[in-house]
Amino acid sequence: MTSAHLHAAGLRRDERMERWRLFGLGSPALLLVLVILVIPVGWLFYVSFIGADGNFSLENYERMIARKSYSRIFITTFQVSLLTTALCIVIGYPLAYFMSQLPTKWANLCLITVLLPFWTSLLVRTYAWLVLLQKQGLVNQWAISIGLWDEPLKFVHNMTGTLIGMVHIMLPFLILPVYGAMRSIDRDYMKAASNLGASPRRAFWTVFFPLSTPGLFAGSLMVFVLCLGFFVTPAVLGGGRVIMVSMKIVSNIELFVNWGAASALGVVLLVLTVIILWIASRFLKLEQMTGGGH
Amino acid sequence: MANWLNSPASETQVTHGQRLWLYVFAGVIMTLLVLPTLVVIPMSFSDSQYLEFPPETWSLRWYRNYFESDEWMRATVTSLKVAVLTMLVATPIGVLAAYALHASKLPYIRAAFVMLLTPMMVPVVLIAIGAFYAYVKLQILYTITGLVLAHTILAIPLVVIVTGSALKSYDMNQENAARSLGAPRWMAFLTITLPQIRFAVVTSMLLSFLASFDEVVIAMFISGGDNPTLTRNMFNALRDQIDPTIAAISTIMVLITTLMMILAQLFGRGKS
Repeated sequence: MTSAHLHAAGLRRDERMERWRLFGLGSPALLLVLVILVIPVGWLFYVSFIGADGNFSLENYERMIARKSYSRIFITTFQVSLLTTALCIVIGYPLAYFMSQLPTKWANLCLITVLLPFWTSLLVRTYAWLVLLQKQGLVNQWAISIGLWDEPLKFVHNMTGTLIGMVHIMLPFLILPVYGAMRSIDRDYMKAASNLGASPRRAFWTVFFPLSTPGLFAGSLMVFVLCLGFFVTPAVLGGGRVIMVSMKIVSNIELFVNWGAASALGVVLLVLTVIILWIASRFLKLEQMTGGGH
Repeated sequence: MANWLNSPASETQVTHGQRLWLYVFAGVIMTLLVLPTLVVIPMSFSDSQYLEFPPETWSLRWYRNYFESDEWMRATVTSLKVAVLTMLVATPIGVLAAYALHASKLPYIRAAFVMLLTPMMVPVVLIAIGAFYAYVKLQILYTITGLVLAHTILAIPLVVIVTGSALKSYDMNQENAARSLGAPRWMAFLTITLPQIRFAVVTSMLLSFLASFDEVVIAMFISGGDNPTLTRNMFNALRDQIDPTIAAISTIMVLITTLMMILAQLFGRGKS
């Protein structure tokens, strides 16, 4: 063997070593996620297949299909998630469009109104809506005093309150990626469309809108997935009338100490989330989904 | 005004007048986004049992209630302690992981990256009951250590994403240049790379702090005993009745968040 060969082998070994050393730097984070999340969730997966008698059984899953109360919970969860996502799109898309048309300086100012709630504690925002929407709350007081309606309307402890709170909390997750996508659209495209004779409406729907769909898709998906597992806002603003999967999981543990039932629900929730994210990842890059526009 | 309404607002010659509905709509929505939280602040200074706006008589009654309650004070100290510790643990671990993932060329990178992001994708309720089970076995249920570890895994994906995207726009050749001039890798990282991704690191710290400070669901399960968190106590109080003390606490929480953001702006001012 020549010395050049030896040298090359040495370099290769060094490179391999360095790769592994770098991997070692990431290991504390990986280890922590493994011990605190992956292994316990794996155990929950196992528990969900254990029946009351301690043997393997599918009873936890059968119950989900057989009992009406369970199917109702899944329907509610999907209803709330779909409605929230739809409302976020209807409200968030025009707002993002508005901001994308402003000069950067003004747009950044408007962006603060989106970021401020984003940073504020979820619990504080949920509480704020509870205060505003309750029977003697600000909204009812104000509406009655100017004669919009006579009797205090019930806005909280039902579906309406839950949706208002959830839309408020989810809006930034939709607006930020949509706004990011819109900002990166070259404005000359619209000029060109207009020049070629397209009406403003046609130019918007055939040029601008399709170019903004990656952001819209990523944002809607994020909102939907987050809604599926949501707990705090429906628990407080739903007042026990809107029961979502995550709330059933909590009550299964806290009230009934039924780990099997809770785990099975959790597994179904997780599998649904993974399937949705997997389908989405075939259309989008993972970075786009998590990084959003910002 | 009439001139402005008839002037073109976009490349397609739509006038501002035709877009007026959009401006009004956007104004209303932006107000609704910010207002609810802001309204709570004056309400917290009311003297009344019932939350009113504007308050008829002003007082610090609910603040006194909060500061004089041992229970609330203990919860606040626990929450702050856990949030600071989470920030101090999650940031270095996450930055190291982001750096390793960025610099390493191992084929398992993508898999590792996905695993580091799982805490973002797994429904938080599931993480909570999983941690609850694990902590009973590890005997760290209701401890500060347990809370910090669980909140750290929530914060890691945030740190990895923020730092990772900063590293992507950073030219690694600068670090390689330092190393070829004889600096060991850690020194090249500390003196060349780190100062340039400073803003991302400070943002990561802020995000980790807030992720922990605002967290409710995990804290519901694994905090308690001597160490309940502020959010856990708040959530329980919310379920029972609308106690105006919560308005005072909310105001303080908003204040802490704002303070953190200002600090991050001051210390992290950079290109980004």
